[in-house]
Amino acid sequence: MKAEVKKTIEKYGNDKFRLMDILIDIQKENGYIPGEAITQIAEDFEMSEVDVEQTVSFYHFFSQKPTGKYAIFLNNSVVANMMGRAEVAATFMKELGIKFGEVTPDGSAGLFNTSCIGMNDQEPAAIINNRIFTRLTPFRVKEIVRDIREGKDVDEMNVQDWGDGENSSDLIRSVVSNNIRKIGPVLDRDFTAGQAIEKIIKLKPEEVIEEVKKSNMRGRGGAGFPTGLKWEFCRNAPGEKKYIFCNADEGEPGTFKDRVILTERPRLLFEGMVIAGYAVGASEGIVYVRYEYKYLEQHLEKILQQAREANYLGKNILGKKGFNFDIRIQFGAGAYVCGEESALIESAEGKRGEPRDRPPFPVEKGYHDMPTVVNNVETLCSVVKVILKGGEWYKSFGTNESTGTKLLSISGDCKFPGVYEVVWGFSVNDILDMVGAGKEDVQAVQVGGPSGALISPDEFNRTLGYEDLATGGSLIIIGKNRDILSGIVLNFMDFFIDESCGSCSTCRIVPTLMRNKLNKILNARGTQQDIDDLTEWGKILKASRCGLGQTAGNPILSSLKNFPALYEEKIQKNKSFDSGFDLNAAIKESAKATGRIPNF
Amino acid sequence: MSKPIIATTSLAGCFGCHMSVLDIDDRILELFELVEFNKSPINDIKKFTKKCDIGLIEGGCCNSENVHVLKDFREHCKILVSVGECAIMGGLPAMRNGIPIRECLEEAYLNGLTVVGNEERIIPNDPELPMLLDRVFPCHEVVKIDYFLPGCPPRADLIWDALVALISGDEMKLPYEVVKFD
Ligand SMILES: Cc1cc2nc3c(=O)[nH]c(=O)nc-3n(C[C@H](O)[C@H](O)[C@H](O)COP(=O)(O)O)c2cc1C
Ligand code: SF4
Ligand code: SF4
Repeated sequence: MKAEVKKTIEKYGNDKFRLMDILIDIQKENGYIPGEAITQIAEDFEMSEVDVEQTVSFYHFFSQKPTGKYAIFLNNSVVANMMGRAEVAATFMKELGIKFGEVTPDGSAGLFNTSCIGMNDQEPAAIINNRIFTRLTPFRVKEIVRDIREGKDVDEMNVQDWGDGENSSDLIRSVVSNNIRKIGPVLDRDFTAGQAIEKIIKLKPEEVIEEVKKSNMRGRGGAGFPTGLKWEFCRNAPGEKKYIFCNADEGEPGTFKDRVILTERPRLLFEGMVIAGYAVGASEGIVYVRYEYKYLEQHLEKILQQAREANYLGKNILGKKGFNFDIRIQFGAGAYVCGEESALIESAEGKRGEPRDRPPFPVEKGYHDMPTVVNNVETLCSVVKVILKGGEWYKSFGTNESTGTKLLSISGDCKFPGVYEVVWGFSVNDILDMVGAGKEDVQAVQVGGPSGALISPDEFNRTLGYEDLATGGSLIIIGKNRDILSGIVLNFMDFFIDESCGSCSTCRIVPTLMRNKLNKILNARGTQQDIDDLTEWGKILKASRCGLGQTAGNPILSSLKNFPALYEEKIQKNKSFDSGFDLNAAIKESAKATGRIPNF
Repeated sequence: MSKPIIATTSLAGCFGCHMSVLDIDDRILELFELVEFNKSPINDIKKFTKKCDIGLIEGGCCNSENVHVLKDFREHCKILVSVGECAIMGGLPAMRNGIPIRECLEEAYLNGLTVVGNEERIIPNDPELPMLLDRVFPCHEVVKIDYFLPGCPPRADLIWDALVALISGDEMKLPYEVVKFD
C-alpha cells in the first residue's frame, strides 16, 4: 500500500493541491480509500490526517470502506423513478441479495444510490466501475448480475449497441446516446478547430473582450452573469498568474447538455477556453468535470493531445509570441455543490468542496488565490461562435436581455427527450409541442431543475429567458399520472439535504425541517399551521452563503405557490394544531432494545 | 381579578432553568405577591389541582413520562412556555440523538467503563420505569408551545420580564443583549 500511494503521489508531482486526483486513483485501484493510504498521504504532505480525511469523506464516490469489485451506483433522480427505477432497484437487490449501501459478503459487488448522473433522457441508468449503463430493465439487470458473477470486465458487459456519434468511438465505447434533437448556431458543425484562434491572435485581448461584450452574452451556468464583463474584471485584476476554469460539473438534476458537448464538440469547448485565456491573460485552463463523466476521460485527453500537436495549445500558440496556454482535466468525485464556482475551485485545490465567502469573487481571488474565470461549458462554446461570426450576429438571435441560443436538456414524460438548441424567447408551450408532449397530458414542468420552479399549465405561456423564466436548461416534463409531492418534491428535498456542504446552519437545518413537515402533511397529520410555517421558514434560507442553500426550499415553496391544492387537500381541516407526535412510534426502537412491551 | 396561576416542571433538563427562576433574587417575594403557584417543584405540589394560566417547561422529552407530564401541562395551562435550550431544542440530552438507542443503552448498562455489577447483563426493563424515547424531542414537537425563552439557562431577568409581560399583557422588552448568543 505504502509504495502504491507513494507512486500515485509522485505521478501528480508531489503536489498536495492534486489530492483529488490522488484519491481518485487510490479509490479506483482499491475500491475504497484505506486508512493506511490516508496516513501515508498525510505524512508525505505534512498535513494532519483529518485534513486528508475531510476531503475523502466529503465526496460521494470516495469511500473508506470497500465498495465491492463491481461498485454499482444506481441513479435515484426523479426521472429515473418515473422511468421505472423501482423495479430495476428491486431486481438488483434480489439478484445480489443485498440492500442499498451494502456489499455482497464475498466482496464482489456493492450497491449504492446516487443522485442524477446526467442521463435523464435514458433512464433508469447506473454507473458500474466508471462505465455507464442506460435504459436498464429488470431483464438487463439479471444479465449484468450474471456477468458480475462470471467476473466479466465491465467493458464486455455492454451488449446493447453503442450510442450514437462519438459514443461508439474507440476511446468512449459507451451505450450512452446523445439524443441531439435540434441544432442551432452553437452546436452547428460549421466549425473547424483552430479557426477562432487564427482570428483572435490578430486582435488585441481587449478587442476580444469587446466583441464578447457586444454580443451581450450571459453565462449559461445558471446565474447569467455577462461573460464579457467577467473576463474584463479578471483581466484587470492584479495577479501574476490567471486561470480559466470550465465548469463541467453539471450537477443540477435534469441537465445533460454539457455531457453532449463534451462528447460531440470538445474541440469547440477547448477553443473557447483558449480564447478566454487570450482575452484574460491566463496561461492555464482547467476543465472541472463531474466524476460521473469519467468515461469520457480518454476521449477528452486525446483531443487535448491533438490540439497540442496542432499548436492550438502549448507555447507560442499558432506563432503568436508569448501566447502560452494549456488545459488539464480535473475530475470531481461526486458533490453537487462543487458546481458552485468557489466550491469548484476549492475542490480543484484538493479540498472539501465548500463554497467560499464572496467577495472576493473568483475573478479577483480564485484558484491559488489568483484571478480566475469560471465559465460554463456552453458559455465557452458560444463564445467561439461570437468570435467567428461577430457579436452583432450573435445578438440577432433571441431577445434583448437574452441574446443567442440556449441548449435545453429535456426529459420526463415526452416522446423525444434529449438536447435541443433553441433561441431564447420560446414559451413553455412551444417547447412542449417541440418535444412531443401533449398539453392535456402534462401536469407540470420543472424548469431549471430542483433549484428552479415547478410551473403549472396556467404558466405554460411564459417564455424562457432572463426576463421571465431563467434556466440553466433543465426541463423535466411531469405527466398527469405523477404524484408531485411524494414523487418529485420529496425527492428534490432529499437531494438538497444530501448535497448541502453543511457550512451554514440555515442550509444544514431548514431543508430537513421542511422535509419533515412535508412528510407530516403526506402522512395526513398536517394543519394549516404547517403550510404557513413552510412559507415562513423558506424565507430563512435566503441567508445561506451559496445558491444551494438559497434555493434548497424551492421544491416546496414553488409547488406550494403553484399547486396549493395539493397541500390543502391533505391537511386536517378540523384542527388548528397537530404536532404529529406519535408516542408508539417514538418508543419503537427502545422497546425492542429493552425487550419491553409498551405500558400505556 | 384573582391572581394568575403558574405551574412549572422540569422534564429532561438539569434544573438549571428552575435555578434561574430562583435567581430573580428578592423579586421572588414580589412574584409570590403577583401570582399563585400550582403544580411545581418550587412548592412541591405534585398534581394539578386546578386550571392554570401559565406553564413553564424546562427540558425536552426523553421518555414517556416526560410526554405525559407535558401533555398534562398542555391540558391544564392556557399558555405554555418552553424555557431554555433543552425545552426548545432538546439541548444536551439530545446529543444522544445521533446514536441508536440500543447503543446508548448498551453503553450505559453493559459495556461502559464505569459499569460494575450487572452480572446478568440486564438493561433496566421494569414495567414501572418510563420508556425511553428513541430520541429526545423538543417540546414543540410534542404539543403546541406558545412562547420560547432562549438561553441555557435563560437569565433571570429575561424570565422575570417574560412573566411580567405575560401577566400584565404588555409587550416584552427584548434588548439586543438578551437575544444575542456569542
Ligand atoms: C449549488 C450550485 C451548483 C452549480 N452548478 C453548476 C454547474 O454544474 N455548472 C455550471 O456551469 N454552473 C453551476 N453553478 C453556477 C456557477 O457557480 C457559476 O455561476 C457558473 O459556472 C459561471 O459560469 P457562466 O458565467 O458561464 O454561467 C452552480 C451554482 C450553484 C450555487
Ligand atoms: S448554502 Fe449550503 S451548500 Fe452553500 S455554503 Fe452554505 S451550507 Fe454549504
Ligand atoms: S437549558 Fe440549560 S439550564 Fe436549562 S435545563 Fe437545559 S441544560 Fe439545564
